[in-house]
Amino acid sequence: MPRKEITSGNWAFAEAMRQIDPDVVAAYPITPSTDIIMKFAEFVANGKVETNFVTVESEHSAITACVTASAAGARVMTASSANGVALMHEIFPIAGCFRTPIVFGLVNRSVGAPINIHCDHSDSMGQRDLGWIHLYCEDAQEAYDSAIMAVRLSENNDVLTPVFVCQDGFITSHGFEPVEYLDDETVKNFVGEREPLNSLLDVDNPVSYGSFAMSEYYFEIKRQQIEANKKALELYDGIAKEYEAVSGRYYPMIDCYRTEDADHVIVIMSSASGAVKDVVDEMRDKGHKVGCLRIRMFRPFPKEAVAAALKGKKAVAVLDRCLSLGGTAPLVAEVRSALYASGEMIPTNSCIYGLGGRDFFPQYAEDIFMDLINGKISPEERYIGLLE
Amino acid sequence: MSIKIKDVVNKKSPMTQGHRMCPGCGAPTAVHQGLMGVDFPLVVVNATGCLEVSTTVYPFSAWRVPWIHTAFENAGAGVSGVEAAYQALKKKGKIDKDIKFVAFGGDGGTYDIGLQSLSGALERGHDFTYICYNNQGYMNTGAQRSSATPRGANATTTPAGSVIPGKLQKPKDLTSIAAAHHIPYVAQTTLYNHMDVANKIKRAIETPGPAFVNILVPCVLFWRIDPALQGEICKKAADTRFWPIYEVIDGEWKLSYKPKKRVPVEEFLKPQGRYSHFFKGDKSKALLEQAQADIENEWKYILGRCGDTWEPQD
Repeated sequence: MPRKEITSGNWAFAEAMRQIDPDVVAAYPITPSTDIIMKFAEFVANGKVETNFVTVESEHSAITACVTASAAGARVMTASSANGVALMHEIFPIAGCFRTPIVFGLVNRSVGAPINIHCDHSDSMGQRDLGWIHLYCEDAQEAYDSAIMAVRLSENNDVLTPVFVCQDGFITSHGFEPVEYLDDETVKNFVGEREPLNSLLDVDNPVSYGSFAMSEYYFEIKRQQIEANKKALELYDGIAKEYEAVSGRYYPMIDCYRTEDADHVIVIMSSASGAVKDVVDEMRDKGHKVGCLRIRMFRPFPKEAVAAALKGKKAVAVLDRCLSLGGTAPLVAEVRSALYASGEMIPTNSCIYGLGGRDFFPQYAEDIFMDLINGKISPEERYIGLLE
Repeated sequence: MSIKIKDVVNKKSPMTQGHRMCPGCGAPTAVHQGLMGVDFPLVVVNATGCLEVSTTVYPFSAWRVPWIHTAFENAGAGVSGVEAAYQALKKKGKIDKDIKFVAFGGDGGTYDIGLQSLSGALERGHDFTYICYNNQGYMNTGAQRSSATPRGANATTTPAGSVIPGKLQKPKDLTSIAAAHHIPYVAQTTLYNHMDVANKIKRAIETPGPAFVNILVPCVLFWRIDPALQGEICKKAADTRFWPIYEVIDGEWKLSYKPKKRVPVEEFLKPQGRYSHFFKGDKSKALLEQAQADIENEWKYILGRCGDTWEPQD
């Protein structure tokens, strides 16, 4: 029987890890993801999991051990944040190219400097082009559910791509809210056993991982990753629907909240969408046709679904919790590109919010909608909640 | 159990011929000699470096055993992950074989950029053997100095110039650092005696828990030696005590080779182009004296650790 608890995003993710019972977890502490591995360490110490828990000496070693354990056929999970994620950067594309499934609880935190422990998306966005699937979760329930779904997606033999399950640092990771857990048996059956291809431990059929491939082969190997990403887009929804069948909760790649007949839409990711959805309800009551499009899967980016959801809108605002200094913020760049490619020339405001954990208030969402409604559209980046 | 040559002579090496290492390079010799006495199935983890690049030029691989390379500074973590997976899957009954794990790294990947990762793996006590094939510099990128490069050697980032005569600092004593982790087995050797190399690495691999072997191997290009002299140069390294040969078994230090006759350091240095500046110009005498003094100091330290008083005879 499912059971409900008041818990945090970190503990919900750790509970998913307990139920998944991965073969190997290699991890290193960093705020705000530390709670995940501390809670998991308790499960290990109390015999609640069979996992071989490797408490490494750095994030670089954590992700390295995850990659080699996965190449050895193990089911592997870990968690990290911010500068820890940045230190792992070198190994992420190797994990992607080796096609080693890993489910990674990424608790979003700003990357220093200035050093700051609170949420923005600069850590994961710095890893967006390295061959990992990125899922951004709105709340603790979704972080829990996504961890379980991500095992199936990552280990699917047509996909074999590591997955970041992102949740907002402190806001989601340390906020307490009701979460419904599946029973252990249901999770066990849903994730099944990993059936590895090309395991390093198959000593009778030796394989070499990490060869030296020059210009004659490199491009073709990358092409295979492109195909794997297409497969992830194609297969994701089937896994989400299977998960719905056991949980009653369905998580599409994009979460369309009252967008269908909307004229004006805010596009956003992760926890701040909760405030936006409340504002949508309030403004709808006042007769404004507004909606919220929450991007859940950022990599591979569901271009066609996004363009279809925004087709015919009068104007949209895209909210990034991340900068691309000297360039265009990542989410708005993707959204504009998807719209342009589909022939939709929709006016788009680019808004930066919430850097370093700056609060995002409902009033901001209302102001952003009113600018769209009043035709205040301009190409320059806007800064929401900035004091100057 | 010591290895008998008749038992190993027909065994296939885990690494084939036909790789792209230079003729006379010591690294493949270390792999062949080191692994020839091992009877367990192996999985090899390799740090970035000559051995990695030259044995797995895609779509080929010179490895008959499972092999993985991720990056330069993380062979210790890499072998930890594979071993952790093995222990987990064995416990669950998904694997029944007894498999051993060996990591190879050059001195750059071990003394310098990979030291943290190695130290972590030794401290955590994974069951693996780390073999540092130490050619005393970053040879894959063109002979830059590492913390294993000996004092005075000519390296491309410490060239022997008219003012500065090569590298100024003594090398790091990595073998002692490994031993300071109080792991069950640590050894230092070179290609001076194939049975010594084979026996030490066999012992390292068969010892439960972490083991570390530091093996001095020549780089033909950057030591600037005749490729035919690989064995002879290594013998000189042992005989001059430039590279003491010893083991640390459960904390007990023991010399495994005691040169009978005193051999001056010149005999090791002279055949190597990287020391050619030691034999000309007005700094020659001082450089040679410094090199000999470094040997005597290091020898005194090793004797102290071994509780030994052995001195070669004049």
